[in-house]
Amino acid sequence: MSELVLDINGLNVQFPGLVRIVKAVRSIDLQVNAGRVMGLVGESGCGKSMTAMACLGLVPSPGVVSGSVKVDGFEVVGRPEKELGNLRGGKAAIIFQNPMKALNPFFSAGRQMIDAIRCHQPVTKKEARQAAMSSLHSVHLPDPALLLDKYPHQMSGGQIQRVMIAMALACRPEVIIADEPTTALDVTVQAQIISLLRELATEHSRTILFITHDLGVVASLCDQVAVMYAGEVVETGAVSDVFFNPRHPYTEKLMNTVPRLGQREQTLDFIPGQVPDMGFPPPGCAFHPRCDKATEICKQQQPGYRADGEQHKVACHHAG
Amino acid sequence: MNGAVTSPSTAEIHAGWALRTRAFASENKLFMAGGLIFLIILLAAFFAEWIAPYSPTKIAFAQKLQPPSLDHFMGTDKFGRDIFSRVLYGAQTSLAIGALVTLGAILIGSPIGLIAGYFGGKVDTALMRVSDVFLAFPPLLLPISIVAAMGPGLVNAMIALAISWFPWYARIMRGAVLRVRKEPYIDAARAMGVGPTKIMMRHVTPNSLTPIIVQGSMDFGFTILAAASLSFIGLGARPPTIEWGLMAATARTQFLEHWWTALCPGFAIFLTVLAVNLVGDGLRDVLDPKHGTTE
Amino acid sequence: MLKYVTQRLIMMIGILFGVLTIAFILGRILPNSPATLMLGDRPTAEQVAKAEEELGLNKPLLVQYALYMGQIVRGNFGQSLRTHQPVLVEIRNRMGATIELTTLAIIIVVLVGIPLGVLSAVRQNSWVDNLVRAGAVGGVAIPAFILAMVLQIIFYGELNWFPIQGRIDSNILLDDPFAQVTGLFLIDTVLAGEWSALKSAVSHLFLPTLTLSIVTLATVTRITRNMMVEVLGEEFVRTAFAYGIAPHRIYFSYALKATLIPMLTVIGLTYGYLLGGAVVVEFVFDWPGLGGFLVFSIVQNDFPAVLGTTLFLSGTYLLINLIVDLLYFVVDPRLRTQ
Repeated sequence: MSELVLDINGLNVQFPGLVRIVKAVRSIDLQVNAGRVMGLVGESGCGKSMTAMACLGLVPSPGVVSGSVKVDGFEVVGRPEKELGNLRGGKAAIIFQNPMKALNPFFSAGRQMIDAIRCHQPVTKKEARQAAMSSLHSVHLPDPALLLDKYPHQMSGGQIQRVMIAMALACRPEVIIADEPTTALDVTVQAQIISLLRELATEHSRTILFITHDLGVVASLCDQVAVMYAGEVVETGAVSDVFFNPRHPYTEKLMNTVPRLGQREQTLDFIPGQVPDMGFPPPGCAFHPRCDKATEICKQQQPGYRADGEQHKVACHHAG
Repeated sequence: MNGAVTSPSTAEIHAGWALRTRAFASENKLFMAGGLIFLIILLAAFFAEWIAPYSPTKIAFAQKLQPPSLDHFMGTDKFGRDIFSRVLYGAQTSLAIGALVTLGAILIGSPIGLIAGYFGGKVDTALMRVSDVFLAFPPLLLPISIVAAMGPGLVNAMIALAISWFPWYARIMRGAVLRVRKEPYIDAARAMGVGPTKIMMRHVTPNSLTPIIVQGSMDFGFTILAAASLSFIGLGARPPTIEWGLMAATARTQFLEHWWTALCPGFAIFLTVLAVNLVGDGLRDVLDPKHGTTE
Repeated sequence: MLKYVTQRLIMMIGILFGVLTIAFILGRILPNSPATLMLGDRPTAEQVAKAEEELGLNKPLLVQYALYMGQIVRGNFGQSLRTHQPVLVEIRNRMGATIELTTLAIIIVVLVGIPLGVLSAVRQNSWVDNLVRAGAVGGVAIPAFILAMVLQIIFYGELNWFPIQGRIDSNILLDDPFAQVTGLFLIDTVLAGEWSALKSAVSHLFLPTLTLSIVTLATVTRITRNMMVEVLGEEFVRTAFAYGIAPHRIYFSYALKATLIPMLTVIGLTYGYLLGGAVVVEFVFDWPGLGGFLVFSIVQNDFPAVLGTTLFLSGTYLLINLIVDLLYFVVDPRLRTQ
C-alpha cells in the first residue's frame, strides 16, 4: 500500500461575516496516495478551490480553517505563516486557473522560476537556471534558454501554463495540485496540457490532485475521483467505479447529464433546483431539496460515509 | 419536495433586514459618522437664522477680539462680530458653492462626454485633447488665472472652478458611453430597431451615474476647499459676503494673538470637508465594493 | 522606443499649444481689456485707444494670436506692468525659492508617504492601517492656509522657534550677502561657507516646507495604499506566495515593481499638487517664490506677469509629466518589447 501524500480529515473552511457565516468547506475527508491522480469535481462554488487553498495554507482572510490537512505528514492547519515556506512549492505545488495573470508581468519567466527553485533548494543562480531549463524541457517547451528570458506578455496561455507546470516540477514537490488549469484555455490546448499531465503521472509517477468541473477530463486523466457538492465530499472512489456505478443521487444525476456518443435522447437531463447559498446551507443532507430519494432523515441528519468495497465511499442515507 | 428549493422563511427574511442594516452601519462606521456630521452642518446652515445667537454683521467695537466664552462660543473678530454666528452663515455660502460648482461641472461635462463617446472619431479626439489641456494645469492654477482675467468675486470664482472641473465629468461620461457601446446588448437593441438616443438614455445613464456620484461627492469637498483658498488669497468671496476662507483672510492681522479669529472658521472648513469626504468614500465603498481591499 | 518618445513629445507640444491658447483667450477675449488695466485709473478714451493700438489689440484676433505665439516661442512673455522688467526675468529671480520649497517637500512626501502607504496596505485593517487612513482622511480635509496658520501660531506665536516670513533674515542679505550661484539658498550658503546664513535659511524653510509636505502627504499616502492594495490582490502575488517566496521579497520586489508605474504617476501628480499648493503656502509665509508672485501680480492687475507665471508653472508640470511618461518606458517591460 503506497503512502498517503495528502491526508485531509474533517476540513472546515468558513468565512465569518456580520450577517452570516459562509461555510465554503464542511468537514471533508480526502485521501490521496502516492503516484495517484485524484480528480476533485463539482460545480462552481462547491468548495473545491478552497480545499486546494487550504492544502497550502493560502485561504484568504477572513477565512477560518479547522480540521486536519497533512501533506506528506506535515500538518498545515494551524501553522503560523513563517513555517509554511517549505510546504509551499516544496511539498505541494499549485497551478492556478488563469495563466495570463499567474505570472508577474514585470519579471521574466526565468527570473520567477529561478526564485521559486532557490526557495526550496540550496543552489546557485546558475544551477537553478539549469534546473529551470531541464524542467521546461520536460514539459516539451522548445528553446528553453530563450524562453527563460521572455516576459509573460510574450507567451500564449498554453505556453504559460506549461511554464507553470515546469515551475511546479522543478521544485520537486510530493504532490501537484492543479486548480482548473485548463478551464481558461482553448480545447486543443487543453488536450495538450491534459496529455502532458497524463505523461507526468504515468511515466514519472507524479501525484496529482486535479480540480475541475469537467467530467470528461477526469475520465481521461484520473484514477480516482471525489465528488463535491455544497462544501462536502459526497462520493469518492475509483473513476471507473464512481462513473459507471454512482451510488450518490447527485453523482447519478451528474452522470446522466453528460450526453454520450451513440445515445439517442430527445432532451438533455438536468438537475432541477439550484446550488444552495453557502451562508444558509440546508439542514441535514445538503442535497436533499433537489433529491428525489429524500426522506425525513435526509432533512435532519447529515449522512456519514458508507463504504462499498474498500475504496468506494458514499455519503447518503439511501446509497443503493 | 421533488426538485423544490428551500426558501428562507419570512422570519428569516425580516431578521435579514434588521441584521443587514445593523451590519452595514457597523461596517461603515466612518460613513455613518460623516453622514451624521454632514447632516448637522446642513441643518445648521439651513436654520442659521434661527440658531445664530447674534447677527453676523452687527459691528460692536466694544466687544472686539474676545476669546471664546459662554457668550460667544467662538469669540469675536476685530469688528466685534460674533464668530460663531458668522461661521453658521458661512456654512450656507460654502455648501451652496460646493453644490453649485459640482453640479455646474457635471452639467457642462456630461453632455460633452456623451458627444465625445457617441460620435467617436475626430470629434472624440478633439474633445479629449481639449480636456487634456485643462488637466495639464496644476490644481488651482487654472481657476486662479480665470478669476484673474475675469476679476475677483464669488460668482467669478464659482464659474472658474466649474470650468476647471468639468473635464473630469466629460471623461467619466465618455468612459461610460464607450463601455456601454461595447456591450452585446447594445447590438441586440440596435438589431431590434431601437433608436440610438433611446439606447443612450436607457443604458448609458445608469452606467455613468455611479462614477459620477462618486466623483461628485469627492469633488464637493475639494470645491469647498478650493473656494475657501481662492477667497483667502483675495480672489473669491469679497466682503460683505460671509465665507470661511475670507474670514481667515481678514483674521491674518490678528490671528497670532487671537487664534480663534482664524482657526474657528478654519475648523469649520476642515469639519465640513472631512464629513463630505467620509460620505464620499462611503458611497464609493457601497457602489464599488471591491475598491479598497484584497478580499 | 523612439516612436514612443516622439509620440509623447508631440502630445506634450500639442497640449502646451492648448495651454498657451487658453492663456491667450484669458488675456484678450475677456471683458477687462488689458489696456484699461494697464493705464490705471480712469483713462480717457483716447489714451485707451492709443494703448490698444500699441499693444496691437485692434488687429484681427487671428493676427494677434499669431503674434502672441511668435512672441512666446521666442521667450518673450511680455513685460511686468508693475516693474517694467521682462516677465521672464522676474520669474527667473523667483524660481529658486519655489524650486527649493517644492523639491524639499516632494522629497519628504516621497520618503514618508510611500513607505507609510505600503505599510498600511501590507498590514490591512491593523491599527497601523487605521491610523494611517485616519491621518490621510483628516489631512486631505485641512486647508493649506489653515494648517499654515496653526503651525505659525504654535511654532512662532507660542514657541518662537521658527520665523514665519521670508526665506532668510533680511540683514544677512543686506550686510553679508553670499553669492547666489544656484538660487537655492541651502546649496549657496554651504558653497559660500556662510554658516549663520545657512542656519537662517534652514529655519525659514522649516515651516513652509512642513505645511506643504503635510498637506500633500495625506493624498500621496492614500493613493499609495490603494494602489498597493490592488497590486497585492493580483493573482501573480498569490502565485509568489504559493511558491513560498519570502514575504518581504514579495512586497518589496514583486509587488513594489508592479506599483512602480502607478507610483510614478502619483509622483507626477503630486508635483502638480505641490505647485498648486505652493501658491497658497508662499502667500501665507511671504515666501518670495513664483506662487507669491502670482498672487501679488493678480492683486496688482499685472496681467502679463500673471499669465507668464501661470504658463511657466504649467509648463514645468507638463515637463515633469513628460519625464514620468518616459520613465514608464524604463520600468514597464510591456512597453519596451512592442
